[in-house]
Amino acid sequence: MILVWLIALPLLVGILAWIAERRGVGLSRWVALAGLFVEFAIVLRLWADHPIRMLTPGRATWLVELKLAWIPQLGISFHLALDGLSLLLVALAVFLAIAGVLCSWTEIQERVGFFHFILLATVTGIIGIFLAVDLILFFVFWEAMLVPMYIMIATWGHEHRRYAALKFFLFTQAGGLLMLAAILGLYFVHGRATGTYTFDYGQLMAASIPAGTAMWLMLGFFAAFAVKLPAAPFHTWLPDAHTEAPTAGSVILAGLLLKTGGYGLIRFLFPLFPGAASAFAPIAMTLAVIGIFYGAILAFAQTDLKRLVAYSSISHMGFVLLGVFVWNELALQGAVVQMLCHGISTGALFIIVGQLQERIRTRQLPRMRGFWETAPRMGAMALIFALASLGLPGLGNFVGEFLVLFGTYTASPGMAIAAAIGIVLATVYSLWMIYRVFFGPRKDAVKFDDLDPRESILLVVMGAVILWVGLFPQRALDTAGPTLRALERHVAGSTARMAGKPDTTETSLSRWMGIVLPSGRDRDR
Amino acid sequence: MTFIELYALLPLICLAATPVAALAAIAVSRDHAVVTLVTLIGLGLSFFGLCAVRPLVPMQITPLVVMDGYTLFFVGLILITTAAVALLSYQYLERREGHPEEYYPLLLFAALGACVVAASNHFASFFVGLETLGVSLYALIAYQRAAPRGIEAGIKYLILAATADAILLFGMALIYAKSGSLEFSETATSLAGDYSGLEMAGLALLVSGIAFKLSLVPFHMWTPDVYEGAPAPITGFISTVSKGAVFALLLRYFGEVPAQDFSSVAFCFSAIALASMLAGNLLALLQDNVKRMLAYSSIAHLGYLLVAFLAQRELAVTAVAYYFVAYFLSILGAFGVVGILSGSEGEAEDIKDYQGLIWRRPWIGAVFVTMLLSLAGIPLTAGFVGKFYVLWAGVDSSLWMLVLVLIGTSVIGLFYYLRLIAAMFGSPEAPREELRGRRAGFEAAAAVLGVLTILVIWLGVYPSPLIELIRRSAALSGF
Repeated sequence: MILVWLIALPLLVGILAWIAERRGVGLSRWVALAGLFVEFAIVLRLWADHPIRMLTPGRATWLVELKLAWIPQLGISFHLALDGLSLLLVALAVFLAIAGVLCSWTEIQERVGFFHFILLATVTGIIGIFLAVDLILFFVFWEAMLVPMYIMIATWGHEHRRYAALKFFLFTQAGGLLMLAAILGLYFVHGRATGTYTFDYGQLMAASIPAGTAMWLMLGFFAAFAVKLPAAPFHTWLPDAHTEAPTAGSVILAGLLLKTGGYGLIRFLFPLFPGAASAFAPIAMTLAVIGIFYGAILAFAQTDLKRLVAYSSISHMGFVLLGVFVWNELALQGAVVQMLCHGISTGALFIIVGQLQERIRTRQLPRMRGFWETAPRMGAMALIFALASLGLPGLGNFVGEFLVLFGTYTASPGMAIAAAIGIVLATVYSLWMIYRVFFGPRKDAVKFDDLDPRESILLVVMGAVILWVGLFPQRALDTAGPTLRALERHVAGSTARMAGKPDTTETSLSRWMGIVLPSGRDRDR
Repeated sequence: MTFIELYALLPLICLAATPVAALAAIAVSRDHAVVTLVTLIGLGLSFFGLCAVRPLVPMQITPLVVMDGYTLFFVGLILITTAAVALLSYQYLERREGHPEEYYPLLLFAALGACVVAASNHFASFFVGLETLGVSLYALIAYQRAAPRGIEAGIKYLILAATADAILLFGMALIYAKSGSLEFSETATSLAGDYSGLEMAGLALLVSGIAFKLSLVPFHMWTPDVYEGAPAPITGFISTVSKGAVFALLLRYFGEVPAQDFSSVAFCFSAIALASMLAGNLLALLQDNVKRMLAYSSIAHLGYLLVAFLAQRELAVTAVAYYFVAYFLSILGAFGVVGILSGSEGEAEDIKDYQGLIWRRPWIGAVFVTMLLSLAGIPLTAGFVGKFYVLWAGVDSSLWMLVLVLIGTSVIGLFYYLRLIAAMFGSPEAPREELRGRRAGFEAAAAVLGVLTILVIWLGVYPSPLIELIRRSAALSGF
């Protein structure tokens, strides 16, 4: 039942915050904040209560599971489950939701109660996505989350909010419906072969699908995840949505929504269609590398600061796509760490842009210059997150990108080299951004306040998390490890082509890196 | 006819007696509330009749009418919808000039016609039911004699529907000429095996007539004008009861005559479905008038339903029935909102009337948003489960072309629903006419909308009981 609470609590808190608005706007914010802290405590408690290292190897990696009948006539169940991978992402979701509430403290002044309800409803949907292991339940959360997100962009967004909100909704909906058709196709293929018609993830994983059909079904799933991620040709909704959303909306979009795409690839696409996904991998990896370059180059060309950060997201998520489609444990670990750290670092950058915009009422780079003197604390924080985003060793993003590149190198050296060059581009636009905003001669006497304690604490905590992951990634790797290993083994078992190959290289590489990836074989004994 | 057969007709008899009682009540004194009450009591009795005859089904009563689980399901749906329309109409009519009382007997006659259509398995009863429905609708559409657009819509519907009826009759005549019978099952046996050009022509005419009633492309031209001109509750009635009954008949007729096995008939329906989904959704994009937009959207919805219709039998019946329930609830709710927002002259039909609605009148705005999301097929609403069912049936029967077009056009459809929703979430500009103020019957209409909203969400979250009901009904009717 704890899983139901995990999903229901944000929604209930949202409703409470909405009601609390009548007693005062401040109360609404405090209710939302307190509720999220309780939720975060539950997540941490879950993490502490279920030591991942003690899992029995070879069995299902669920820590907590809940299965109730929902629509038995169609084989749909209310099936939630939590493992290390989802635990990490749920923790990220709640953490960024707290950041979202805090960064809106002064920015949102209209319809405050309703805003918090919408924010928390979005988070509810996202947590549901990370916990659902029935494909229809997953799809329901996947789509249900769009509505509050749409309302948030369309109501509290900036100038072109309606256009951006609409584009966001249409793109994701188109991908989602293709996924729904693919889910149905999978359901019938599996049902006809075995006689049990079910949408249950665990059972469908064992489905044997003819190769041609599997490719089409896999592409249906890929459409949905590639739009969310976003992969190169499906990204055009992202710069608009991120730029027009209010700050909290951008944080949720960049920090969480994009991660649902990466999560979907790891959890569903590869395990359900191992053969087709492996066959598709070269194309997906090419798209990933194109995305890395394309995002970085376009980020460099932007004059709108928020758009710049948005394009940098496309570049960073290219690493996630690359890591997933390489599909060995090293790269997968890298993809997961990259998702976590990108969520926090880009979220923080959006928060800083939001703070700047609140103060000087513009996001245009040409109108900024030499702000370091005016706001040194803000400048320092921006520098830290810019360094994180360019992949400075010691910060979390470095671990993610590095692991992805290592994993990729074993599979395809060319791709790894190309992607590594992409990191150089990230350095260019990140430093260029810091230079243009905070350094150089001051054009005019723009005066504004530096960060207040609320903003400072928020950013410092976010920076500390990035630093912690960068210095001690072991905890995160251990948490997601068993799941990723089990998934990898499942896929390797399904595709004879991949069996047995990557293990030796991985251990040696990880030893070289000083990171102990808990080895699957030792555990099995 | 034995007594037990007569007893099995109890729901229809109650329904037929109600307008007479209502007219008698009007003769005694013209009182809007009393007539409405008589109408509701009659519909309620008729509904209890349904429950009473349930143990007797399936039963063929004379060659004309069959009472089976399937009939009971659709008759029940029609009765509930009619009651909702009556309640929504009360406050609408209360605000307008003229006598509102005769409206209710007409509504009941229309419902009776629809029930007969849903229960018929004989061309004669089908046609009689259809005419009872149609003639009542002409009057209802043009009920407000002061509104020129209502009169225009009524005349337009009269002329076009009469033409469609003539086509339908000619089709029946051709089929009769070959098979020598008007019973569905008899015509089916003569069609089985070989079929001649004469029968094909008959089937084609029949399909055209039915497609007109369902406002499928290319027989949809009347829809936007009639929807725009008719009073909002009646528009809701046309798009639910009148279409639902005819679709139920379509399902029954082609259950006897396996149309899906005739490649030409199946091809024809596929083409109509494709055209309806595309034209309905694309033309809806161009509308600024909410009623016209919903008209085109209903064309598209009937196209989706045809996809389910073309699937295999058992799946088709459950998918269509579920989709209809979801569609009935949502479209009725949408037109209910249009009706409740309408002033004493004209209606709230321009998209500008909805600007900032959610902030001006949060509850009604929330109801409308829910209904539109349900029509768009977003999860946690009944519309999603309906669309899921249609896709389910389509994928199972490998109708990939239709499924892909359904997906593509759903995304287009989302565009105009979101446009309206975005307007509702926009900043509230000074409304042209503030429609606030308590009116007689407002509470009743608001309660109906509330119930519809709860049902839309309930059926979207927990559809199992309804699916079970549909399956049991289908089991009692030999599908």
